[in-house]
Amino acid sequence: MSFEKFKDRNVGEDGYYMVDIEDYPETGWGKFKQVASRSLKGELFVGLWVVLREMFKFDIHTVQYPKEKLPIGPRYRAVHKMLRLFESGTERCIGCGLCEKICISDCIRMDTKYDENSRKEVTEYSINLGRCIFCGYCAEVCPELAIVHGGRYENASEQRAHFVEFEDMLTPIDALKAGQQEEYPGFGAIIPGSDKSVKKTPLAY
Amino acid sequence: MANEITITIDGKEIETQEGEFILNAARANDIFIPAICYLTRCSPTLACRICLVEADGKQVYACNAKTKSGMNITTTTENIERERRAIMEVYDVNHPLQCGVCDQSGECELQNYTLEMGVDSQNYTIADVDRPSVDWGHIHYDPGLCIVCERCVTACKDMIGDNSLKTVPRGAGAIDGAFKESMPKDAYAMWNKLNKSVIGLTSGEEMLDCTSCGECAAVCPVGALVDTDYIYTSNAWEHKQVPATCGHCSAGCQISYDTKHTSIDNPEEKIYRVSNEWNYVSLCGAGRYGFDYQNSDVTKDETAFGAALDAFKKADTINFTSTITNEEALILQKMKDKFGYRLVNKDAQDFKTFLRDYSVVSRSSIYGSDLEKVHNTDFVVSVGSALKSDNPNARYAFNNAVQMKGAGLYFHPVADPVVDGMSKNVVSINHAPLQEEAVLYLLLDLFGNKDLLPTKIIDYLATFHSMKTVTVTETIKEKVVTQVTKKVVNKETGEEEEVTSDVTKMVPKKVSKEVEVDDNRLLEIVGAPDKFEETLQKLLKKKETFSLIVGPDLYTHPSSQNIARLVALIEKYSAFELVMIPTLTNTLGVGLICDLDDEAGEYAIGYNTQGDYVLSALGDGDLDMPAINQQEGTLTSINKRVNPTNVAVGYGGYVLNDIANALGLKAEYTIDYTEQLPTARGFKTRKFDDLPNHYTNAGEEVRGYLLGKMPVRMKKDEHVVAIDEDQALDGTLVYLANPVRQFTPFTNKAHQLISEGGLYMSESALSGSELQVGDEVSVKTEAGEVSVKVISDNKIDGEIAYLPTFDANINSEALFGGYRFTTASIEKV
Ligand code: SF4
Ligand code: SF4
Ligand code: SF4
Ligand code: SF4
Ligand code: SF4
Ligand code: FES
Repeated sequence: MSFEKFKDRNVGEDGYYMVDIEDYPETGWGKFKQVASRSLKGELFVGLWVVLREMFKFDIHTVQYPKEKLPIGPRYRAVHKMLRLFESGTERCIGCGLCEKICISDCIRMDTKYDENSRKEVTEYSINLGRCIFCGYCAEVCPELAIVHGGRYENASEQRAHFVEFEDMLTPIDALKAGQQEEYPGFGAIIPGSDKSVKKTPLAY
Repeated sequence: MANEITITIDGKEIETQEGEFILNAARANDIFIPAICYLTRCSPTLACRICLVEADGKQVYACNAKTKSGMNITTTTENIERERRAIMEVYDVNHPLQCGVCDQSGECELQNYTLEMGVDSQNYTIADVDRPSVDWGHIHYDPGLCIVCERCVTACKDMIGDNSLKTVPRGAGAIDGAFKESMPKDAYAMWNKLNKSVIGLTSGEEMLDCTSCGECAAVCPVGALVDTDYIYTSNAWEHKQVPATCGHCSAGCQISYDTKHTSIDNPEEKIYRVSNEWNYVSLCGAGRYGFDYQNSDVTKDETAFGAALDAFKKADTINFTSTITNEEALILQKMKDKFGYRLVNKDAQDFKTFLRDYSVVSRSSIYGSDLEKVHNTDFVVSVGSALKSDNPNARYAFNNAVQMKGAGLYFHPVADPVVDGMSKNVVSINHAPLQEEAVLYLLLDLFGNKDLLPTKIIDYLATFHSMKTVTVTETIKEKVVTQVTKKVVNKETGEEEEVTSDVTKMVPKKVSKEVEVDDNRLLEIVGAPDKFEETLQKLLKKKETFSLIVGPDLYTHPSSQNIARLVALIEKYSAFELVMIPTLTNTLGVGLICDLDDEAGEYAIGYNTQGDYVLSALGDGDLDMPAINQQEGTLTSINKRVNPTNVAVGYGGYVLNDIANALGLKAEYTIDYTEQLPTARGFKTRKFDDLPNHYTNAGEEVRGYLLGKMPVRMKKDEHVVAIDEDQALDGTLVYLANPVRQFTPFTNKAHQLISEGGLYMSESALSGSELQVGDEVSVKTEAGEVSVKVISDNKIDGEIAYLPTFDANINSEALFGGYRFTTASIEKV
């Protein structure tokens, strides 16, 4: 066992380091040089020219977002969804904690407890979308195909840290009953025909 | 000691002790042999059979085959690999696929070995039987996950000594006969055994009623036994493991505080459980479940701090207890040096005096042995300690020594069913309080080397012996001749005839005769059972190493000086090696570091105890202090080891070092004092950050450092005084002790241990009295009176009741004049 973390008593700056950026000019001459070089390079006009040119062509290919939206493939990875079991309607998540463990941005957190039915119950579950990099590891590791990526990519917010909770991601029960939950074909889903590669366990009954 | 020998494992030459188990020899040399059921320090059970190896061409089980000089061992052969894979397949038969929610996941030996043996398909099958999970109180058992390795049973019997678990019938059908042919031999045998049992309670009751150490759940390789409090709260891999030393008693067990954030919206570290290296150290219930005693939600209160400084300026005394670190003790001592405070700490003072009196005879500054050695002795004696509650690890050492083909004597006024239940090789003698000297004289008489003992003592011991005539019944074999008539067929005539012949038989017969025997009156004084000497003869057969454990009853005994000398004489003139149980967590360290005073002055600061101004880690004083799980520092254990402990949970307030700095001492951190601990008292100049805290694969304890022995400069004096038989206390007696799992108000702060103290009475004492559980009684002694509730405790027996010290609401100490027993009157109010 490493004792390093216990020996470092400098708790305040733990894990921080300085980013290597050019120093701000301090002298008057330095500031002048920076302004001059930025204005005279003319990068600004390149962009303005492109806009002007396209405006006169009247040939606009842009999707009229937000009025229009592009269709999204099943393997696209946007804000997560939590699926339910089709038969019973119970949530698929068993609270195993694998998504929390695998998440490389460490943005999933969950609390679990032993419930009245002697089952593991997920009492709280949140994903910090401000940190999530939508890598899909959580969806891939999930043994229950409970957490998956949906197509909702609009997650702008006023704060860097903003969370989505279990209830928000879970298929509403009436949506499930109305047959609106589809089996997820995307990232981490079972490969079609994978049944064939499973070795069968003998059963005594 | 055993011989050093050389053996070869997989072509690697290694040194080991003759007779060591192959598995241990391999482990000590970092050679991996799969093994599931074996627990280091306990007896091999051969339940798993996965540790198969080939030794000199023969398949043996590494966990119970002993090494011989020149042995050549191969850890895998084709056949062994087949066996191991089949064994793991068997373990996986009907094993639920519930790793996703299982508490063991991530540290599960079934997961690990299934993967290690590359099990990717299943060849065996049997119909499952219903095995519902059960709630055993502080432990949950799920037989569905149990692989019947019997590690829990072994730990509970061989280490803990409660014997609370056993295997019970599973009620499964027979294994398909065809498998006998098709399966590897050992795998089949192991399956056959496994298929017959699950784990049950020895008592046959619904709930587990033991000393609640949780060691069974700790050793369980799978998720079958788990701590009820921990179920489904966390996964093993989420924890930060903080290597530490338990702060509850003087055993100083190595523990790991397993922490993680409190919850989704509270990032503060929280301790979820305590785990341990169960192969090398076994915890008690206080260490395992009493982990959240921190002083939480404390901030730096400047006004209180200012008031504290004023109080320190005004004070002439610091009262404190021994539940502090060595560094804090040194700070107190430095404050004494600088400002002349009197340091008052009764338990450390008593222990220190006892040690000094002991040194006068033994010429050694400290007792010679430690618990580690007790584990490996054949014959253990305990005097003056309620072993299981004073120092649970001393109890485990006692039990372990007895279980590993040893025997023991337990001398204590309070009968202890746990000790009695350990083994038939333990004899308990419940002598009267204040007769401890007689016990020690008896030990000198029975075990002392009569050629070396001072003649005065020999003469004194001789006064207890006399000859007496007793009538004994002996069984002798007597020759009896009887006439037997048989019918035989005459070969010649072919007719049946009767033939009579004499048959001589030896028949056992009981005769009484009178013999002269030696009568040892010491046995009568201590109340030894009938035929004690005969029993002792049996117990002593083939015993070569002896340990004596002495405990806190002796340090406060009115004749503690004489007792200390007697104890030293036993160590000196007999084969016994000696361990003393320091009263509280750091009594030994405090005693060594601080120059203590007898009387308090006018104005006292109390540190975790009473005073005119109180500093308290319990959160009930005038200024908050951190508890031991919030501090880094060192603690001195019974094993004379200076053990480091680390911070498990945060603390936001002031610490003793801040006060010391404000008063003019200078150190940035408390642990700057670690290297300043007094070398003249045996400590070493080692920096805190350089202190290790782990066990090696060979089981070697690499923790902190061992105290050095110091020269004794007192005049040798082996004079001891005679026993005063009339001193023996009788009447209604009360003892000062704690129930198992409680030591101090700190243990009583932990959410799993919180309880209300009272007057603890044995079931038999209760049924013989008018009192009922829950009755409010007034306990009155010469020194004082308390009013408490009656509690039934089935972990003691006999008439003596006890009052606890862990409940801050009961001032039990006020009833006792130092010695842990007193006569009292108990009346219902
Ligand atoms: S997508 Fe990646 S970053 Fe986002 S929650 Fe899942 S594992 Fe974490
Ligand atoms: S991996 Fe899946 S089942 Fe496990 S906790 Fe995450 S969402 Fe739930
Ligand atoms: S005991 Fe081990 S193998 Fe069995 S469910 Fe638990 S983690 Fe999985
Ligand atoms: S409960 Fe655990 S330790 Fe006990 S036999 Fe079962 S698997 Fe082994
Ligand atoms: S209280 Fe004592 S015996 Fe129990 S775990 Fe702590 S140090 Fe070990
Ligand atoms: S470890 Fe040797 S038989 Fe189990």
